[in-house]
This record gives sequence, C-alpha cells and structure tokens, in this order.
Amino acid sequence: MSTKIMAYRRPDGKIGIRNDVVVISAMDNTNPSANRITSLVNGTIPITTPFGRGQIGHDMERTRDALAGLGNHPNVAAVLLLSLSLETAEPIRKRLEASGKPVVTMGLHETGGTMDLTIAGAKEAAKLVMDASRLRREECDMSELVVGVECGGSDATSGLASNPATGSFSDRLVDCGGTIIISEPAEYMGGEHLMAARAVHKEDGDRIVEMVKYFEDIAIDNGVDMRGTNPTLDNIAGGLTTLEEKSLGAIAKGGTRPIQGIVEYGDHPQKKGLVVMHTPSAACESMTGLAAGGCHIIIFSTGIGNTIGATPICPTVKITGNPRTMAKMGENIDVNVSTIITDGESIEDAGSRLWDHVQDVANGTTTCAEVLGEDQLSVSRWGLSV
Amino acid sequence: MESVLMMNEKDNVAVCLKDGKAGEVVVVERKTDKSTYEITLTNDIPFAHKLALEDVKKGEIIYKYGEVIGRATVDIDKGEWVHTHNVESTRARGDQNVN
Repeated sequence: MSTKIMAYRRPDGKIGIRNDVVVISAMDNTNPSANRITSLVNGTIPITTPFGRGQIGHDMERTRDALAGLGNHPNVAAVLLLSLSLETAEPIRKRLEASGKPVVTMGLHETGGTMDLTIAGAKEAAKLVMDASRLRREECDMSELVVGVECGGSDATSGLASNPATGSFSDRLVDCGGTIIISEPAEYMGGEHLMAARAVHKEDGDRIVEMVKYFEDIAIDNGVDMRGTNPTLDNIAGGLTTLEEKSLGAIAKGGTRPIQGIVEYGDHPQKKGLVVMHTPSAACESMTGLAAGGCHIIIFSTGIGNTIGATPICPTVKITGNPRTMAKMGENIDVNVSTIITDGESIEDAGSRLWDHVQDVANGTTTCAEVLGEDQLSVSRWGLSV
Repeated sequence: MESVLMMNEKDNVAVCLKDGKAGEVVVVERKTDKSTYEITLTNDIPFAHKLALEDVKKGEIIYKYGEVIGRATVDIDKGEWVHTHNVESTRARGDQNVN
C-alpha cells in the first residue's frame, strides 16, 4: 500500500497539507483588527490571544513560542502579524523568521487607527492569499507527517475501541518513519509505569513519572479529590469510574512503540517516532500545544462526543467507538470504529480504515471540524499576569 | 462480540457492551482467548459501565486491563454494578490530605 501523499513543500523543507494564511494578533488589543481582517478576506484564519500583555518570564516566552509556532506551522502558507506597535511585534516577528515563509508585520501605532489597520491589513492579507494560491502540491510521503493523538469526552468505549484503533495507526506511522506525539501526561496517572517502561532513555522514563506526580501533587496540595475534574462528569456518566481507569484507556492511543523523547508545550520533536509532549489535559490547550509543535493532523478519539477541533491550522480527525454517539452526532465524526464493539471488527482492520482516512485528509479531504468551524485556540498559561 | 467484555485474566470487573437489566443472564467474553461464561446481573447496568465478575470486599483492589483502577469502598457482590458509588480512586486524593 502506497504511503505517498501530495503536499506543499515549504521553504524550510517541511511539508504542509493545508495552505491557509494566518493573521496573528500578538496581544489582546489587536484581536478585533485581526478578526475584522479575516472576516473581510477569504482564505485567512485569525490567531488571537486574550493575553500578550502583563505576562512575564517563562509564561511570556511560552506564549510567544506558541503563537510563533502556529505561524511557522508548515500547514500555513504566509503570516500577517499585528501588534500595538512594531516594537511589541518584534519578539514574535523574530521567531517567525525560522520558517522562511512570507511574513508581513503591522503595528497599529505606525498605521493609524483601528480602521486604518483593518483596511491596510486586509489589503496585505489579500495579496498573501493570492500568492499562496499559486503554490502547488508535489509528491511527498506519510513518513514526513507529524500526527498528534488526542482523546476527549472519553467514556469506556474509548479504551475498548477508538483509542486502540488510534494506537494501531500510531504504530504503523512510527514503523514507516513518521512521528506521533501523545500529550496530557496527567492522564497517564495509573499507567505511568507502563509508559515509563517504554522510554528509550531512562531519564525520559523518570521524567514521565515526575510529570504525573506534578499533576497529582497539585490535587493533593490543594486538598481536592481530582475526580469530577478528571475524570469529568461526562467521563463518569460514560462509565469511567476513576482517573486510573481513564488513563489506562487513554495511553492506548499512543500505540506500543518505544518513546523516543519528551518535548515541552509547543516545542517541535527533534526525533522521529513516538514522542511525549508536556501539556495540560484540557483538549483545546493540549491540541494548541500539539499544533504549535508542528502536528500536521490530530486524531481525536471521543467516546461520549467532544466535538471540538484544533486550531484551523491543524485538521482534526474525529473518531469514535461509541455506536450511540455515532447515531446521535454523526455530523461531527469522521471515522466510525464502533463496529469494533457492535460487529466484532478487529482493531487492526479499524486502524487500517483510520490510516486510509488520514492519508485522504493529508491529500486534501476535509474534516467535519473544518467544515463546521469547530475550532478553538487555547494557548496554555504557565504563570499569572502581573 | 458478546455483551460483556473482560479485558485481562487478572480483572475482577468487565465492561457491559449493552444496557443490562437486574436478573438478566449475560455472556462474558474473555478478550485474551475469546472463551465465554455466564453471569447474572444483580442491578441494572448501563452500556459501557462495569460489572463485578466476583465478590470484592471493602478495601480490595479493582483490576481492569490487568492494572489497578481503584479500590472498593464497600463490599461488592458478583454481578453488581461497579462505579463511583462503590469504588474510589487510589490516586490524586487531596481530600485525604490531613493537615
């Protein structure tokens, strides 16, 4: 079976499977202009932040890295960057040099008022979109893909069907030379010994255990039982009794291959194969980190039905193993593997169907979340604003 | 696939793949070798929820996937619904922190 796909070859050598222009607002006060520009110009996507001012230290650096990571993403053809001034745009503009793609930077103060910025920005964005439309796909390979694996709205079918099917995909992509990123280490709690044992480097195994303990200590130090927050009330209604049970089902989506390394939130893996990313467990925060870290596609396994996708930059393939979710919310699901439960389909066969679908999405087939606009950006905070 | 799936030989709970009614006799399938046996439900058990495969005493560990998923908070009978009303987590229990 061919692993060839048609994709855009970017200036930095990476491949992209979509070709949008993003309008990044570096801080809260230029969000309205970014949103106005993207509503005026087809083919543009806004990336806004409710923060960007008053952040300090590590938290500020991580936000800047994540916003720039989304702009540098190989699924993005070009960037229009907005900020209150060119000076305040500079920390992100500098980070955007890495990709070699067209970047236009505009400051409100240098341009005039918000209407001036909107009109000037829309004109620039339109040019960027026209130029991007002249790019053409060429033959590439699935081994060049970085795929994130995510689960949300989990129930007991997640651990029986959709996560194992995703894990089957994960193994196959790793075996052909691609990269899988699994995140949300708090949801290894109860199974972290299984993950740690698969780490190629002992220090990574130790770090996995340490990351889980970090989240466990938050609950303990705050005097709370994590249940209700994780697992959530919808997880519990869906049959998951404890975080341990949820975690053991969740880690299946990463497959069985060795863990090559660990990256911080939004960072790019330096190695191919299976990699762990340190993110919080909320799906939108995790997926934003995966997208900033260069995931071309995210496979999102859901039980009860979490419909949200990654930022529009990162097509999100929704998969469910729950036949009731499929019947109720079919418009939000791309791949149905409830046949594992109802018809005894093997996990390998379901994983194979998922493989074919992901290959199609890489080639240009759209996803439910893209069509229906089910997208939410959420860059994680690592400290308070001052 | 039968109506109840046991993931691992070590497990003392299994997952119901159909809504079950109290008194119903269900067929449990072992995932490992596809062998089967019967159990009678003592409660109504919803789709995707768990059923006890044997009696479990208060304080004993609940196993699923061959791993620890929690601890019984009361005695549980074979055939009974197993969930948050009779099982607690063994992890992230800040509520058990005594200052």
